[in-house]
Amino acid sequence: MEDCLAKKMEITVSEAEKRTGRNAMNIQETYTAYLIETRAVESQSEGQCAPVDSLWRRYSEFELLRNYLSVTYPHIVVPPLPEKRADFVWHKLSADNMDPDFVERRRIGLENFLLRVASHPVLCQDKIFYAFLRQEGGWKEMVNETGFQLKADSRLKALNATFRVKNPDKRFTELKHYSDELQSVISHLLRVRARVADRLYGVYKVHGNYGRVFSEWSAIEKEMGDGLQSAGHHMDVYAASIDDILEEEEHYADQLKEYLFYAEALRAVCRKHELMQYDLEMAAQDLTSKKQQCEELATGTVRTFSLKGMTSKLFGQETPEQREAKLKVLEEQIQEGEEQLKSKNLEGRDFVKSAWADIERFKEQKNHDLKEALISYAVMQISMCKKGIQVWTNAKECFSKM
Amino acid sequence: AASAPKPLPSSGPKSLREMPHPLATSSSEEMGPALTPSPDLLLPRSIADKDLSLPNGTPVDTSSPASSSSLLNRLQLDDDLDVETRDLFVTVDDPKKHVCTMETYITYRVTTKTTRAEFDLPEYSVRRRYQDFDWLRNKLEESQPTHLIPPLPEKFVVKGVVDRFSEEFVETRRKALDKFLKRITDHPVLSFNEHFNVFLTAKDLNAYKKQGMALLSKMGESVKYVTGGYKLRSRPLEFAAIGDYLDTFSLKLGTIDRIAQRIIKEQLEYLVELREYGPVYSTWGGLEVELSEPLEGVSACIGNCCTALEELSEDMTEDFLPVLREYILYAESMKNVLKKRDQVQAEYEAKLEAVAMKKEDRPKVPTDVEKCQDRVECFNADLKADMERWQNNKRQDFRQLLMGMADKNIQYYEKVCVT
Repeated sequence: MEDCLAKKMEITVSEAEKRTGRNAMNIQETYTAYLIETRAVESQSEGQCAPVDSLWRRYSEFELLRNYLSVTYPHIVVPPLPEKRADFVWHKLSADNMDPDFVERRRIGLENFLLRVASHPVLCQDKIFYAFLRQEGGWKEMVNETGFQLKADSRLKALNATFRVKNPDKRFTELKHYSDELQSVISHLLRVRARVADRLYGVYKVHGNYGRVFSEWSAIEKEMGDGLQSAGHHMDVYAASIDDILEEEEHYADQLKEYLFYAEALRAVCRKHELMQYDLEMAAQDLTSKKQQCEELATGTVRTFSLKGMTSKLFGQETPEQREAKLKVLEEQIQEGEEQLKSKNLEGRDFVKSAWADIERFKEQKNHDLKEALISYAVMQISMCKKGIQVWTNAKECFSKM
Repeated sequence: AASAPKPLPSSGPKSLREMPHPLATSSSEEMGPALTPSPDLLLPRSIADKDLSLPNGTPVDTSSPASSSSLLNRLQLDDDLDVETRDLFVTVDDPKKHVCTMETYITYRVTTKTTRAEFDLPEYSVRRRYQDFDWLRNKLEESQPTHLIPPLPEKFVVKGVVDRFSEEFVETRRKALDKFLKRITDHPVLSFNEHFNVFLTAKDLNAYKKQGMALLSKMGESVKYVTGGYKLRSRPLEFAAIGDYLDTFSLKLGTIDRIAQRIIKEQLEYLVELREYGPVYSTWGGLEVELSEPLEGVSACIGNCCTALEELSEDMTEDFLPVLREYILYAESMKNVLKKRDQVQAEYEAKLEAVAMKKEDRPKVPTDVEKCQDRVECFNADLKADMERWQNNKRQDFRQLLMGMADKNIQYYEKVCVT
C-alpha cells in the first residue's frame, strides 16, 4: 500500500450527534451528524501533536461520496457503507435508527469505510475524497460539478446488457455467481445468527428466575439457607452476563455484514464489464452491418433481405448520384466505427486488466479479514464458555457448603 | 450419653438378641408384633409397662420417648449408624421386560446384603415389579403411621405421552425405586419392619400378600388406621411451623421444577437454531477456497456444541427433574402424616374432655384417654425425629442434586471450550 492516505493521515469518526434541521423541502427532520477528525501523521514523530481538523457530515453525504466513487472508478471494488437501516436484528435490539447502540455501531462502520477508502491505492488519491475529509463547506457543490451523475449507467441499460451480452470474460461470469452466492449465504447466516442470539438470550435470562426462587427458598431453610442464597446470586450474575456477550457478537455480525455489502460492489464491477462488453459487441455488430450495406450498394447485389432492398425493387432504384452519396456516408461511418471499435476494445481490455487487479487485491483482503473475524468469534465463544464455567463453579461451591 | 440397653419388665421393646425373628413365628400366629425397637438405645420412658397397641393389633412403637434429650441421643446414634454400623445394603437394578398374555410389565432385581439377625441368609436376590413396591409402601404406611414413609415415583403414566418401556423412563424409575428402598434401609425403625423384610426376601411375594389380606379379614378390623371425624382445635406451634414450612417448600420446589422445564425448553429451541446455523458455515466453505477450512472448522464446532447441549438437556431431564418431583411427593405425604397426627391429637383431646365431663371414673376410659395421649406423644416424637432425619437427608440430596446440575453445566461448557 504505497503512498496511501491512511499512512499519512489519521482518520477517525469520533462522535455522533443528533441534529434537527430543515431539509431540501423545508421540512423539519431529525438526523444524526458524525464528526470526522483528521490529523497528519508525520509531525507526530517530532514529538509534537499535530492539530486535529474536524468537520461534521451526515449519512447522506457519505452516500453521495460513495456514489461518486462508484461511478468514477467502475473498475474498483468500492468499499460499502454500513447499513442505512438496522437489519438482521434479534428481538432485544431495536430497529430504530435513533437507537444509541445502532448509532454507535454505525459510527464505527463509517470510520471503517473511510479507512478502507484511505488505504486503497487508487481511491485514496481522489480529490473529492480528500475534500470530504477536510473541506467543510461547498463540498456538495464540488461533487456535483464533476458531473458524475451523467456518467452513471442507467439500471435498465445495465440489465439489458446482462441479458444480451454474448461473450463476457468467463472470470467475470464466475465472479458474479460467486458474489450472488456469497450474498445469499451471508444473509442466511446473519438471519440464523440473530435467531440463535435470541434463543440464547432466553436461556440465560430464565436462569435469573432461579436466583429469585433460591432466595425465597433460603428464607425457610436453616442450614441450607446461606448456600442457596449465594448460589442464587451467581444465577443472577449468569443471567446478566448474556448482555455483554451478545453485544460483542454484534461486532462480529457487523464484520460479516460488511462483506455482505461488498458482494454488491463486486457485482457492480461485473455489471460494468458486461455493459462494456455488450457495448463492444453492439459496436462490432453495427460495423459489420454497415460494411455489408456498403458492399451491397457497391456491387448492387442484395445479399440479405432488407426493407431498402424491397422498396427499391418495388419503387425503383436510386440514381447513381444518390448511391454515390450514400456510399460516401457509409464509408465515413465505417471509418469512424472502426476507430471506435478499436478504442472500445482497448478500453475493454484495460478495464478487465485493472478490474481484475483490484479484484485480486480484494480477494486477499477478504480472506484476511474474514479469517480474523472467524478467529475472534471463536475467541469470543471460548471466553463465553469460560465465564459459564466460572459461574457454575462458584454456584457449585455454594451448593457444597449447604 | 449412650448407655447400655436395659431389659424392661414389660412386653414392650426387647433388646435385639431377645427379639424373636418375625418370620420364625409360624404363620398360624397372628401378624406378630411389627414392633421394631430402635437398634440403638432403649431409654427410660415416661410411659411404662403399658401394653399399648394400635387398633389393628400392632403395638405402637414405644421406643421413641417424648423427652427431648432422648431424642437427641437417638439422633446422635443415627449418625453413628449411618457411618459405621451399617448392616443392611439394598440395591435395585437390572430391569427386565416380561411379556405375558394379559399384560407386559417390567421387573427389577432387588439385591440385599446383610448381617442382621432378622434375616436368615446374608444375601438375597429377588425380582419385584412396581406393584410390589406400591404394596410395600402401603403396608409401611399402615403399620408405621407415625413415621414418614419415603415416596415412590409416580404410579400412572399417561400412555402415548411417555413410553413406559423406553430406556430413559425405565432407568429413571429404577433410580427412584432404588432411592426408595435405600431410604427405608437407612431408617432405624422402618428398616426393621416385617413387611420390608418379606419384600426383600420372599420368593413368592404374592402368596404373602394374599395371606396378609386373609388374616386381616379374619380379624375383622379395617386396615387403615383412621380415627373417625375428630376435629383439631389448634395445631401446636412446632407442627404448625412444620406444616407451613412444607407448604412453602412444595411451592418453591414446584417453581424450580417449572423453571428447570422452561430452561430445558429454551435450550432445545436454541438447539434447533444451532442445528441450522452450523451447516450454513459449511455451505459458505464450499464457496471459498482459502477460507473453506476455517469455515468448515466453525461448522464442525457448532455441531459439537449441539451434541454437548443435547446431553446437558437430557441429563437435566433424567436426573434433576425426577428428584425435584420426588421431594414434592415426599412433602405431600408428609403433610398427610401431619394431618393424621392432628387427628390423633384431636381424638385425644375429645376423649379428655369427655372424661372431664363425666363424674364417674370408668376404668376403661382413662386407659382410653391415656392410650390416646400416648399415641399423640409417640406420634409427635416420631414425627419430629423423622423430620430431623428428613431434613438432613434432604439437605444432602439437594446438595448433591444442585452440585450435579452445576457440574453438568460445567461439563457442557468445558466440552464446548474444547471444540
